[in-house]
Amino acid sequence: MSAQTTISGPRAVLAVLRKDLRLELRSFELLPAMGLLALGTMIVLRFALDQETVEGDLAAGSLLVPLLFASLLGISRLFAGEERDAGIQQYLLSPAPAGALLAAKVLGLTAVLVALEIVLVPAFGLLLLGPELLPVLPELVLVLLLLDLTLATLGGIVAGIAIGARSRELIVPILVVPLAIPALIAAQQALAPVLEPGAEALAWRWPAVLAIYAVVLALVGSVVGEYLVED
Amino acid sequence: MTVRGLRPLSILSVVLVAVGFAMAFLYAPLDTDQGFRQKIFYLHVPIGIVALIGFVIGGIHGLRYLRGGGSEADLRSYVHIHQSQILAVSVLITGAIWGKTAWGAWWRWDEPFLVSFLIVFLLYCTYQPLRLSIDDPRRQARAASVFAVVAGAFVPINFAVVRMADAYLHPRTLSNAADGSMPTPVLVTFLTCLVAISVLYATLVRYEVLSKSTTFRLRALERRAGGDDLIPRRSAVPQA
Repeated sequence: MSAQTTISGPRAVLAVLRKDLRLELRSFELLPAMGLLALGTMIVLRFALDQETVEGDLAAGSLLVPLLFASLLGISRLFAGEERDAGIQQYLLSPAPAGALLAAKVLGLTAVLVALEIVLVPAFGLLLLGPELLPVLPELVLVLLLLDLTLATLGGIVAGIAIGARSRELIVPILVVPLAIPALIAAQQALAPVLEPGAEALAWRWPAVLAIYAVVLALVGSVVGEYLVED
Repeated sequence: MTVRGLRPLSILSVVLVAVGFAMAFLYAPLDTDQGFRQKIFYLHVPIGIVALIGFVIGGIHGLRYLRGGGSEADLRSYVHIHQSQILAVSVLITGAIWGKTAWGAWWRWDEPFLVSFLIVFLLYCTYQPLRLSIDDPRRQARAASVFAVVAGAFVPINFAVVRMADAYLHPRTLSNAADGSMPTPVLVTFLTCLVAISVLYATLVRYEVLSKSTTFRLRALERRAGGDDLIPRRSAVPQA
Protein backbone atom coordinates (compact mmCIF):
# COMPACT_ATOMS: atom_id res chain seq x y z
CA MET A 1 0.00 0.00 0.00
CA SER A 2 1.49 3.34 -0.98
CA ALA A 3 -1.05 6.00 -0.14
CA GLN A 4 0.96 9.19 -0.62
CA THR A 5 0.19 11.88 1.93
CA THR A 6 -0.28 15.31 0.38
CA ILE A 7 -0.71 18.74 1.91
CA SER A 8 -3.18 21.12 0.32
CA GLY A 9 -1.85 24.43 -1.06
CA PRO A 10 -3.58 26.71 1.51
CA ARG A 11 -2.40 24.52 4.41
CA ALA A 12 1.17 24.59 3.12
CA VAL A 13 1.00 28.37 2.63
CA LEU A 14 -0.28 28.86 6.18
CA ALA A 15 2.38 26.55 7.63
CA VAL A 16 5.27 28.35 5.89
CA LEU A 17 3.77 31.77 6.67
CA ARG A 18 3.39 30.87 10.36
CA LYS A 19 6.98 29.59 10.44
CA ASP A 20 8.36 32.76 8.79
CA LEU A 21 6.39 35.15 11.03
CA ARG A 22 7.37 33.19 14.15
CA LEU A 23 11.03 33.30 13.13
CA GLU A 24 10.82 37.06 12.54
CA LEU A 25 9.05 37.65 15.87
CA ARG A 26 11.70 35.61 17.71
CA SER A 27 14.75 37.07 16.01
CA PHE A 28 13.25 40.54 15.37
CA GLU A 29 15.97 41.03 12.79
CA LEU A 30 14.41 42.24 9.56
CA LEU A 31 11.69 44.66 10.67
CA PRO A 32 13.92 46.96 12.78
CA ALA A 33 16.48 47.09 9.96
CA MET A 34 13.78 47.97 7.41
CA GLY A 35 12.30 50.60 9.75
CA LEU A 36 15.67 52.21 10.41
CA LEU A 37 16.55 52.29 6.72
CA ALA A 38 13.15 53.81 5.83
CA LEU A 39 13.41 56.48 8.56
CA GLY A 40 17.01 57.21 7.61
CA THR A 41 16.06 57.63 3.96
CA MET A 42 13.22 59.96 4.97
CA ILE A 43 15.67 62.13 6.91
CA VAL A 44 18.10 62.10 3.98
CA LEU A 45 15.28 63.26 1.70
CA ARG A 46 14.39 66.08 4.09
CA PHE A 47 17.93 67.47 3.70
CA ALA A 48 18.37 66.50 0.05
CA LEU A 49 15.17 68.36 -0.85
CA ASP A 50 15.91 71.08 1.73
CA GLN A 51 12.24 71.10 2.81
CA GLU A 52 11.05 71.18 6.43
CA THR A 53 7.61 69.97 5.40
CA VAL A 54 6.43 68.38 2.18
CA GLU A 55 3.08 68.17 0.40
CA GLY A 56 1.62 66.90 -2.86
CA ASP A 57 4.15 65.34 -5.25
CA LEU A 58 7.09 65.75 -2.85
CA ALA A 59 5.12 64.17 0.01
CA ALA A 60 4.18 61.16 -2.11
CA GLY A 61 7.80 60.70 -3.21
CA SER A 62 9.14 61.18 0.33
CA LEU A 63 6.94 58.33 1.55
CA LEU A 64 7.33 55.96 -1.40
CA VAL A 65 11.12 56.08 -1.86
CA PRO A 66 11.90 55.03 1.76
CA LEU A 67 9.28 52.28 1.43
CA LEU A 68 10.91 50.98 -1.76
CA PHE A 69 14.38 50.98 -0.19
CA ALA A 70 13.12 49.19 2.92
CA SER A 71 11.30 46.60 0.81
CA LEU A 72 14.59 45.87 -1.01
CA LEU A 73 16.04 44.70 2.32
CA GLY A 74 13.07 42.41 2.91
CA ILE A 75 13.16 41.00 -0.63
CA SER A 76 16.90 40.24 -0.46
CA ARG A 77 16.33 38.11 2.67
CA LEU A 78 13.06 36.50 1.60
CA PHE A 79 14.46 33.01 1.02
CA ALA A 80 17.39 33.37 3.46
CA GLY A 81 15.86 30.85 5.89
CA GLU A 82 15.27 28.25 3.17
CA GLU A 83 18.74 28.65 1.68
CA ARG A 84 20.38 27.76 4.99
CA ASP A 85 20.83 24.03 5.63
CA ALA A 86 19.34 23.04 2.25
CA GLY A 87 15.88 24.20 3.36
CA ILE A 88 14.53 24.32 -0.20
CA GLN A 89 15.52 20.71 -0.87
CA GLN A 90 13.88 19.68 2.41
CA TYR A 91 10.73 21.59 1.48
CA LEU A 92 10.67 19.87 -1.92
CA LEU A 93 10.92 16.49 -0.19
CA SER A 94 7.75 17.31 1.74
CA PRO A 95 4.35 16.61 0.14
CA ALA A 96 3.56 20.35 -0.01
CA PRO A 97 3.08 21.90 -3.49
CA ALA A 98 6.17 23.80 -4.72
CA GLY A 99 4.22 26.94 -5.66
CA ALA A 100 2.86 27.30 -2.11
CA LEU A 101 6.31 28.39 -0.89
CA LEU A 102 6.27 31.46 -3.16
CA ALA A 103 2.68 32.33 -2.14
CA ALA A 104 3.67 32.12 1.55
CA LYS A 105 6.69 34.34 0.96
CA VAL A 106 4.52 36.95 -0.80
CA LEU A 107 2.02 37.00 2.08
CA GLY A 108 4.84 37.13 4.64
CA LEU A 109 6.49 40.09 2.92
CA THR A 110 3.11 41.85 2.69
CA ALA A 111 2.67 41.40 6.46
CA VAL A 112 6.17 42.77 7.11
CA LEU A 113 5.53 45.79 4.87
CA VAL A 114 2.22 46.50 6.62
CA ALA A 115 3.95 46.27 10.02
CA LEU A 116 6.64 48.65 8.77
CA GLU A 117 4.02 51.16 7.62
CA ILE A 118 2.27 51.08 11.00
CA VAL A 119 5.42 52.80 12.30
CA LEU A 120 6.52 54.65 9.19
CA VAL A 121 3.29 56.45 8.24
CA PRO A 122 2.76 58.14 11.65
CA ALA A 123 6.47 59.06 11.67
CA PHE A 124 6.05 60.56 8.19
CA GLY A 125 3.00 62.51 9.40
CA LEU A 126 4.90 63.88 12.40
CA LEU A 127 8.26 64.57 10.80
CA LEU A 128 7.67 65.61 7.22
CA LEU A 129 4.09 65.89 6.05
CA GLY A 130 2.74 69.45 5.90
CA PRO A 131 -1.03 68.79 5.72
CA GLU A 132 -2.90 66.83 8.42
CA LEU A 133 -2.45 63.06 8.16
CA LEU A 134 -5.65 61.82 9.84
CA PRO A 135 -8.22 63.14 7.32
CA VAL A 136 -6.47 61.37 4.41
CA LEU A 137 -5.57 58.19 6.32
CA PRO A 138 -8.20 55.89 4.69
CA GLU A 139 -7.03 56.77 1.16
CA LEU A 140 -3.39 56.45 2.23
CA VAL A 141 -4.01 53.03 3.79
CA LEU A 142 -5.81 51.76 0.70
CA VAL A 143 -3.07 52.86 -1.71
CA LEU A 144 -0.28 51.57 0.55
CA LEU A 145 -1.99 48.19 0.97
CA LEU A 146 -2.24 47.78 -2.80
CA LEU A 147 1.38 48.90 -3.18
CA ASP A 148 2.47 46.40 -0.49
CA LEU A 149 0.73 43.56 -2.32
CA THR A 150 2.34 44.58 -5.62
CA LEU A 151 5.84 45.00 -4.13
CA ALA A 152 5.52 41.73 -2.22
CA THR A 153 4.41 39.81 -5.32
CA LEU A 154 7.18 41.12 -7.52
CA GLY A 155 9.59 40.76 -4.59
CA GLY A 156 8.65 37.10 -4.20
CA ILE A 157 9.23 36.42 -7.90
CA VAL A 158 12.57 38.30 -7.97
CA ALA A 159 13.81 36.66 -4.76
CA GLY A 160 12.88 33.30 -6.29
CA ILE A 161 14.78 34.13 -9.48
CA ALA A 162 17.84 35.11 -7.42
CA ILE A 163 17.93 31.88 -5.36
CA GLY A 164 21.35 30.36 -5.95
CA ALA A 165 22.80 33.54 -7.46
CA ARG A 166 26.29 34.27 -6.14
CA SER A 167 25.76 38.03 -5.85
CA ARG A 168 22.12 38.05 -4.77
CA GLU A 169 22.48 41.35 -2.89
CA LEU A 170 23.48 42.97 -6.22
CA ILE A 171 20.98 41.21 -8.45
CA VAL A 172 17.84 41.75 -6.34
CA PRO A 173 17.85 45.58 -6.25
CA ILE A 174 18.67 46.01 -9.94
CA LEU A 175 15.81 43.64 -10.82
CA VAL A 176 13.26 45.07 -8.38
CA VAL A 177 13.70 48.77 -9.13
CA PRO A 178 12.70 48.75 -12.85
CA LEU A 179 9.88 46.27 -12.18
CA ALA A 180 8.58 48.49 -9.36
CA ILE A 181 8.46 51.65 -11.47
CA PRO A 182 4.87 51.17 -12.81
CA ALA A 183 3.67 50.50 -9.23
CA LEU A 184 5.48 53.56 -7.92
CA ILE A 185 4.08 55.72 -10.75
CA ALA A 186 0.54 54.57 -9.91
CA ALA A 187 1.03 55.07 -6.14
CA GLN A 188 2.61 58.49 -6.66
CA GLN A 189 -0.21 59.62 -8.97
CA ALA A 190 -2.79 58.36 -6.48
CA LEU A 191 -1.20 59.91 -3.38
CA ALA A 192 0.06 63.28 -4.68
CA PRO A 193 -3.41 64.96 -4.90
CA VAL A 194 -4.48 63.39 -1.60
CA LEU A 195 -1.42 64.81 0.20
CA GLU A 196 -2.02 68.37 -1.04
CA PRO A 197 -3.10 70.95 1.63
CA GLY A 198 -6.72 71.05 0.38
CA ALA A 199 -6.77 67.30 -0.24
CA GLU A 200 -8.50 66.30 -3.46
CA ALA A 201 -10.56 63.14 -3.77
CA LEU A 202 -8.67 59.97 -4.63
CA ALA A 203 -8.53 59.38 -8.40
CA TRP A 204 -9.69 55.76 -8.50
CA ARG A 205 -8.00 54.84 -11.72
CA TRP A 206 -4.58 54.79 -10.04
CA PRO A 207 -5.50 52.33 -7.26
CA ALA A 208 -7.13 50.32 -10.07
CA VAL A 209 -3.83 50.34 -12.01
CA LEU A 210 -2.01 49.16 -8.86
CA ALA A 211 -4.57 46.38 -8.37
CA ILE A 212 -4.32 45.29 -12.02
CA TYR A 213 -0.51 45.22 -11.84
CA ALA A 214 -0.69 43.15 -8.64
CA VAL A 215 -3.12 40.72 -10.30
CA VAL A 216 -0.94 40.39 -13.43
CA LEU A 217 2.14 39.74 -11.26
CA ALA A 218 0.19 37.20 -9.21
CA LEU A 219 -0.89 35.41 -12.41
CA VAL A 220 2.70 35.39 -13.71
CA GLY A 221 3.86 34.21 -10.28
CA SER A 222 1.33 31.36 -10.32
CA VAL A 223 2.66 30.27 -13.74
CA VAL A 224 6.38 30.45 -12.85
CA GLY A 225 6.18 29.80 -9.09
CA GLU A 226 6.68 26.03 -9.24
CA TYR A 227 9.82 26.45 -11.39
CA LEU A 228 11.42 28.90 -8.95
CA VAL A 229 11.71 26.41 -6.11
CA GLU A 230 12.97 23.41 -8.04
CA ASP A 231 16.04 21.62 -6.79
CA MET B 1 20.07 24.78 -36.51
CA THR B 2 21.58 24.71 -40.01
CA VAL B 3 22.87 27.34 -42.44
CA ARG B 4 20.24 26.31 -44.99
CA GLY B 5 18.11 29.29 -45.97
CA LEU B 6 20.37 31.76 -44.24
CA ARG B 7 21.94 33.17 -47.44
CA PRO B 8 18.61 33.98 -49.18
CA LEU B 9 17.30 35.44 -45.93
CA SER B 10 20.42 37.63 -45.64
CA ILE B 11 20.05 38.84 -49.27
CA LEU B 12 16.35 39.53 -48.68
CA SER B 13 17.21 41.57 -45.54
CA VAL B 14 19.74 43.72 -47.39
CA VAL B 15 17.37 44.29 -50.33
CA LEU B 16 14.40 45.15 -48.10
CA VAL B 17 16.40 47.54 -45.92
CA ALA B 18 17.82 49.23 -49.04
CA VAL B 19 14.35 49.53 -50.59
CA GLY B 20 12.87 50.83 -47.30
CA PHE B 21 15.52 53.53 -46.94
CA ALA B 22 15.27 54.46 -50.63
CA MET B 23 11.50 54.87 -50.26
CA ALA B 24 11.97 56.91 -47.07
CA PHE B 25 14.26 59.38 -48.82
CA LEU B 26 12.97 59.32 -52.43
CA TYR B 27 9.29 58.28 -52.35
CA ALA B 28 7.78 59.46 -49.05
CA PRO B 29 6.91 63.18 -49.10
CA LEU B 30 8.43 65.69 -46.70
CA ASP B 31 6.25 66.16 -43.63
CA THR B 32 4.63 69.62 -43.63
CA ASP B 33 5.15 70.14 -39.88
CA GLN B 34 8.43 68.40 -39.18
CA GLY B 35 10.26 68.55 -42.50
CA PHE B 36 13.31 66.33 -43.07
CA ARG B 37 13.72 65.24 -39.44
CA GLN B 38 10.50 63.20 -39.70
CA LYS B 39 12.45 60.71 -41.89
CA ILE B 40 14.05 59.25 -38.77
CA PHE B 41 10.67 57.79 -37.84
CA TYR B 42 10.97 55.29 -40.70
CA LEU B 43 13.86 53.82 -38.72
CA HIS B 44 12.98 54.72 -35.10
CA VAL B 45 9.40 53.42 -34.97
CA PRO B 46 9.94 50.05 -36.77
CA ILE B 47 13.01 49.35 -34.61
CA GLY B 48 10.99 50.16 -31.49
CA ILE B 49 8.12 47.88 -32.51
CA VAL B 50 10.42 45.00 -33.45
CA ALA B 51 12.46 45.38 -30.22
CA LEU B 52 9.33 45.17 -28.08
CA ILE B 53 8.02 42.16 -30.00
CA GLY B 54 11.48 40.57 -29.64
CA PHE B 55 11.36 40.96 -25.85
CA VAL B 56 7.93 39.32 -25.75
CA ILE B 57 9.11 36.47 -28.04
CA GLY B 58 12.05 36.02 -25.63
CA GLY B 59 9.48 35.56 -22.86
CA ILE B 60 7.52 33.02 -24.94
CA HIS B 61 10.69 30.96 -25.51
CA GLY B 62 11.43 31.29 -21.78
CA LEU B 63 8.01 29.80 -21.05
CA ARG B 64 8.75 27.04 -23.60
CA TYR B 65 11.92 26.20 -21.70
CA LEU B 66 10.07 26.05 -18.38
CA ARG B 67 7.48 23.75 -19.93
CA GLY B 68 10.22 21.29 -20.97
CA GLY B 69 11.30 22.91 -24.26
CA GLY B 70 14.94 22.00 -23.69
CA SER B 71 18.12 24.07 -23.93
CA GLU B 72 17.29 25.15 -27.50
CA ALA B 73 14.34 27.17 -26.12
CA ASP B 74 16.63 28.83 -23.57
CA LEU B 75 19.13 29.69 -26.32
CA ARG B 76 16.37 31.24 -28.46
CA SER B 77 15.08 33.21 -25.48
CA TYR B 78 18.62 34.50 -24.84
CA VAL B 79 19.18 35.46 -28.49
CA HIS B 80 15.82 37.27 -28.86
CA ILE B 81 16.50 39.28 -25.70
CA HIS B 82 20.08 40.02 -26.78
CA GLN B 83 19.05 41.24 -30.24
CA SER B 84 16.18 43.29 -28.78
CA GLN B 85 18.59 44.92 -26.33
CA ILE B 86 20.70 46.08 -29.29
CA LEU B 87 17.59 47.44 -31.04
CA ALA B 88 16.47 49.14 -27.79
CA VAL B 89 19.78 51.06 -27.66
CA SER B 90 19.13 52.15 -31.27
CA VAL B 91 15.62 53.31 -30.33
CA LEU B 92 16.96 55.39 -27.45
CA ILE B 93 19.67 56.93 -29.64
CA THR B 94 17.40 57.69 -32.63
CA GLY B 95 14.71 59.02 -30.26
CA ALA B 96 17.23 61.33 -28.60
CA ILE B 97 18.45 62.57 -32.01
CA TRP B 98 14.88 63.32 -33.05
CA GLY B 99 14.21 65.01 -29.69
CA LYS B 100 17.24 67.26 -30.09
CA THR B 101 16.08 68.44 -33.52
CA ALA B 102 12.41 68.78 -32.55
CA TRP B 103 12.54 70.01 -28.93
CA GLY B 104 16.13 71.22 -28.66
CA ALA B 105 16.78 68.68 -25.89
CA TRP B 106 18.26 65.19 -26.03
CA TRP B 107 15.84 63.92 -23.40
CA ARG B 108 12.34 64.83 -22.22
CA TRP B 109 10.80 63.14 -19.17
CA ASP B 110 7.27 63.94 -20.38
CA GLU B 111 7.74 61.75 -23.45
CA PRO B 112 6.14 58.45 -22.37
CA PHE B 113 7.53 56.23 -25.15
CA LEU B 114 11.16 57.24 -24.58
CA VAL B 115 10.75 56.94 -20.80
CA SER B 116 9.05 53.53 -21.16
CA PHE B 117 11.85 52.33 -23.40
CA LEU B 118 14.44 53.51 -20.89
CA ILE B 119 12.71 51.56 -18.09
CA VAL B 120 12.39 48.43 -20.26
CA PHE B 121 16.02 48.77 -21.33
CA LEU B 122 17.10 49.21 -17.70
CA LEU B 123 15.24 46.03 -16.74
CA TYR B 124 16.70 43.96 -19.58
CA CYS B 125 20.20 45.26 -18.76
CA THR B 126 20.01 42.97 -15.71
CA TYR B 127 19.50 39.84 -17.85
CA GLN B 128 23.17 39.06 -18.54
CA PRO B 129 24.37 39.90 -14.99
CA LEU B 130 21.63 37.60 -13.67
CA ARG B 131 22.76 34.73 -15.89
CA LEU B 132 26.40 35.34 -15.05
CA SER B 133 25.73 35.24 -11.31
CA ILE B 134 24.42 31.65 -11.44
CA ASP B 135 27.05 28.97 -12.07
CA ASP B 136 24.88 25.89 -12.50
CA PRO B 137 23.77 25.93 -16.21
CA ARG B 138 20.38 24.31 -15.46
CA ARG B 139 19.60 26.69 -12.63
CA GLN B 140 20.87 29.61 -14.76
CA ALA B 141 18.57 28.66 -17.65
CA ARG B 142 15.59 28.29 -15.32
CA ALA B 143 16.12 31.64 -13.56
CA ALA B 144 16.73 33.39 -16.91
CA SER B 145 13.55 31.85 -18.36
CA VAL B 146 11.47 33.01 -15.39
CA PHE B 147 13.00 36.47 -15.82
CA ALA B 148 12.15 36.43 -19.54
CA VAL B 149 8.50 35.52 -18.80
CA VAL B 150 8.11 38.18 -16.07
CA ALA B 151 9.87 40.89 -18.11
CA GLY B 152 7.89 39.95 -21.25
CA ALA B 153 4.64 40.49 -19.31
CA PHE B 154 6.05 43.71 -17.83
CA VAL B 155 6.72 45.36 -21.21
CA PRO B 156 3.09 46.20 -22.19
CA ILE B 157 2.09 47.11 -18.62
CA ASN B 158 5.00 49.50 -18.28
CA PHE B 159 4.09 51.22 -21.56
CA ALA B 160 0.44 51.56 -20.54
CA VAL B 161 1.20 53.03 -17.10
CA VAL B 162 3.87 55.50 -18.25
CA ARG B 163 1.60 56.61 -21.10
CA MET B 164 -1.31 57.15 -18.66
CA ALA B 165 0.87 59.28 -16.39
CA ASP B 166 2.18 61.70 -19.00
CA ALA B 167 0.84 64.09 -21.59
CA TYR B 168 1.55 63.28 -25.22
CA LEU B 169 4.45 65.02 -26.92
CA HIS B 170 5.66 62.35 -29.27
CA PRO B 171 3.84 62.12 -32.63
CA ARG B 172 1.46 59.13 -32.55
CA THR B 173 2.62 57.28 -35.67
CA LEU B 174 0.49 54.17 -35.22
CA SER B 175 -2.65 56.09 -34.23
CA ASN B 176 -2.31 58.15 -37.39
CA ALA B 177 -1.94 54.96 -39.42
CA ALA B 178 -4.99 53.39 -37.76
CA ASP B 179 -7.37 56.32 -38.18
CA GLY B 180 -6.47 56.80 -41.85
CA SER B 181 -4.95 60.26 -41.45
CA MET B 182 -1.54 59.05 -42.65
CA PRO B 183 -0.98 59.73 -46.40
CA THR B 184 -0.69 56.55 -48.52
CA PRO B 185 2.99 57.06 -49.58
CA VAL B 186 3.94 57.58 -45.91
CA LEU B 187 1.96 54.51 -44.82
CA VAL B 188 3.43 52.31 -47.59
CA THR B 189 6.98 53.49 -46.76
CA PHE B 190 6.43 52.95 -43.05
CA LEU B 191 5.08 49.40 -43.58
CA THR B 192 7.96 48.57 -45.96
CA CYS B 193 10.48 49.74 -43.34
CA LEU B 194 8.65 47.72 -40.68
CA VAL B 195 8.85 44.56 -42.81
CA ALA B 196 12.52 45.29 -43.64
CA ILE B 197 13.53 45.69 -39.99
CA SER B 198 11.50 42.59 -39.01
CA VAL B 199 13.24 40.46 -41.66
CA LEU B 200 16.64 41.91 -40.69
CA TYR B 201 15.89 41.05 -37.05
CA ALA B 202 14.86 37.49 -37.94
CA THR B 203 18.08 37.09 -39.95
CA LEU B 204 20.27 38.37 -37.12
CA VAL B 205 18.49 36.05 -34.66
CA ARG B 206 19.16 33.06 -36.92
CA TYR B 207 22.83 34.05 -37.29
CA GLU B 208 23.29 34.37 -33.53
CA VAL B 209 21.49 31.10 -32.73
CA LEU B 210 23.66 29.32 -35.29
CA SER B 211 26.84 30.97 -34.03
CA LYS B 212 26.14 30.20 -30.35
CA SER B 213 25.14 26.59 -30.93
CA THR B 214 28.20 26.01 -33.19
CA THR B 215 30.50 27.55 -30.57
CA PHE B 216 28.98 25.32 -27.91
CA ARG B 217 29.40 22.17 -30.02
CA LEU B 218 33.01 23.15 -30.75
CA ARG B 219 33.76 23.62 -27.03
CA ALA B 220 32.15 20.27 -26.25
CA LEU B 221 34.41 18.63 -28.84
CA GLU B 222 37.45 20.43 -27.39
CA ARG B 223 36.55 19.17 -23.93
CA ARG B 224 36.21 15.61 -25.23
CA ALA B 225 39.55 15.88 -27.02
CA GLY B 226 41.31 17.55 -24.08
CA GLY B 227 39.94 15.30 -21.36
CA ASP B 228 38.49 16.46 -18.04
CA ASP B 229 41.08 19.21 -17.59
CA LEU B 230 39.07 21.57 -19.79
CA ILE B 231 36.11 22.63 -17.68
CA PRO B 232 33.32 24.83 -19.13
CA ARG B 233 33.97 28.56 -18.70
CA ARG B 234 31.57 30.61 -16.58
CA SER B 235 29.32 32.33 -19.10
CA ALA B 236 26.04 34.21 -19.46
CA VAL B 237 25.49 32.46 -22.79
CA PRO B 238 23.24 29.36 -22.62
CA GLN B 239 25.16 26.08 -22.81
CA ALA B 240 22.84 24.71 -25.48
